[in-house]
Amino acid sequence: MNIINLFNALPGACAQGLIWGIMAIGVYITYKILDLADLTVDGTMATGGAVCVMMMISGHSVWLSLLVAFIVGCLAGLVTGVLHTALGIPAILAGILTQLGLYSINLRILDNKANQAINVDKYDLLVSLRYIKDVPFYRNTILVVAVIIALLVAVLYWFFGTELGSAIRATGSNHNMSRAQGINTNAMKVIGLILSNGIVAFASGLYAQYQGFADVNAGRGAIVIGLAAVIIADVIFGKIKGNFAFKLASVSFGAIIYYIVLQIVMWLGLNSNDLKLLSAIIVALFLAIPYIKTKYAPKKVVKKGENADA
Amino acid sequence: MLELKNIHKTFNPGTVNEKTALCGLDLKLNEGDFVTVIGGNGAGKSTMLNAIAGVWFVDEGTITIDGDDVTKLPEHKRAKYLGRVFQDPMNGTAATMQIDENLALAARRGKFRSLKKGITAKEMAYFKERLATLDLGLEERMTTKVGLLSGGQRQALTLLMAALVKPRLLLLDEHTAALDPKTAAKVLETTQRIVDADNITTLMITHNMKDAIAHGNRLIMMHEGRIIYDVSGEEKKNLHVSDLLAKFEEASGGAFANDRMMLN
Repeated sequence: MNIINLFNALPGACAQGLIWGIMAIGVYITYKILDLADLTVDGTMATGGAVCVMMMISGHSVWLSLLVAFIVGCLAGLVTGVLHTALGIPAILAGILTQLGLYSINLRILDNKANQAINVDKYDLLVSLRYIKDVPFYRNTILVVAVIIALLVAVLYWFFGTELGSAIRATGSNHNMSRAQGINTNAMKVIGLILSNGIVAFASGLYAQYQGFADVNAGRGAIVIGLAAVIIADVIFGKIKGNFAFKLASVSFGAIIYYIVLQIVMWLGLNSNDLKLLSAIIVALFLAIPYIKTKYAPKKVVKKGENADA
Repeated sequence: MLELKNIHKTFNPGTVNEKTALCGLDLKLNEGDFVTVIGGNGAGKSTMLNAIAGVWFVDEGTITIDGDDVTKLPEHKRAKYLGRVFQDPMNGTAATMQIDENLALAARRGKFRSLKKGITAKEMAYFKERLATLDLGLEERMTTKVGLLSGGQRQALTLLMAALVKPRLLLLDEHTAALDPKTAAKVLETTQRIVDADNITTLMITHNMKDAIAHGNRLIMMHEGRIIYDVSGEEKKNLHVSDLLAKFEEASGGAFANDRMMLN
């Protein structure tokens, strides 16, 4: 239990947290903005990496590979969206179906292997766990991913301020009102799912590069990590009155905090096999807190109409 | 302008919960009509409004607005013709969005939503002006989340949103029923003002017979999915609550002593 070991591990935890932060921003779009729990991401979090690594191995550039990973993620989101809206399957089940189907597809993409390695010495990777120390600062993975997040937040901030983006937010807020205002709520849900899964697959492409391999199991429990980041951000930064860009950025901070906490509990001697159990317990607790609060410690109710000055 | 022809709607057909809500409904509105709708619980008032709004499709019959057959048009496409205010104040606005953002959504009813800015500076000035007409001080709170407003404020805002782009037809589904009497009166006053300002054709459901007589130029009474009484002009002006009660009794065979109508 040498504290130096912990400090040495922190930059890596930051880098991983940032990459998962991108993924968590994808989850934020469905979970917070659209009020849908989309489990497709457990599949797309492996798909993006598989696509990215296989494309790079066959000689394509890292940016093209990431772009295609993004597009394939979008397609997965489209499938879930159609299952949910056009075919009436509940959102959670639609996500599970797509995710299950993706497992086979991911294996095919990976040439029927459980994982495919990509050597950092042979390929020009954008991020890697080797690019944390002893590289020029502009190659440093932490900086590269931070810049990507800043760009992503800027683009999403713009998008959700447009007419179309506002309509997506309205759909998540009140779908009756949205339809009464002429918004095609089904189409908005599909667009949100497409965008979310595209971002998750992009994060997956980065994560595979970072680790040096694409793994068919890379997405297992991804939704829980994404939710954990969203919830941590809500608990820690929720009280600060910030605009939408701040909210998105805080989600990536939530992911960093999650990974630092994981690093600390591992340093304290927790078996890494038990991590998923720990994550599940933490997320369950945080999801339950609002319910427990209202059920067992209700706030004083202000009577309707008392303050009504309308 | 609005024409309902022989509308039929049955919910849960073929099950124990089968309920015929509309049963050969015919209605024709003229341009500029302000029609109040009364009737007991289950008479089909809300069902009629939902049929017009396209919440679901009717089993039989046709709905035309200004000559356009909208019978098979989905809800979000019909929205370009309609302004709607619901009974539940929570229903008509997006609680997690700001007042100005809600108005911006309403300003684009019936239009294509592109990647242009969701709200422009020019619009902001216009919204401020319109909000001031409500006389609730909301023009000073444009960036407040709508969820923080009272029920009455939300209904007033919903009314403003419904009329922001002049609708061919305004549908008010007991929009004052969830408010306390004082607030309800004020929202009703606002309603009258907004309808008069643009001469909007309006269908208003109410449980309050006095309001039904006091507002509008025409009154219809529904029972078991049909219109059983339709009165307008001078005859309507001279109506009394007792006349309506008598009509009711006649229609329902005197068995409506427990009905909510009695409470008003």
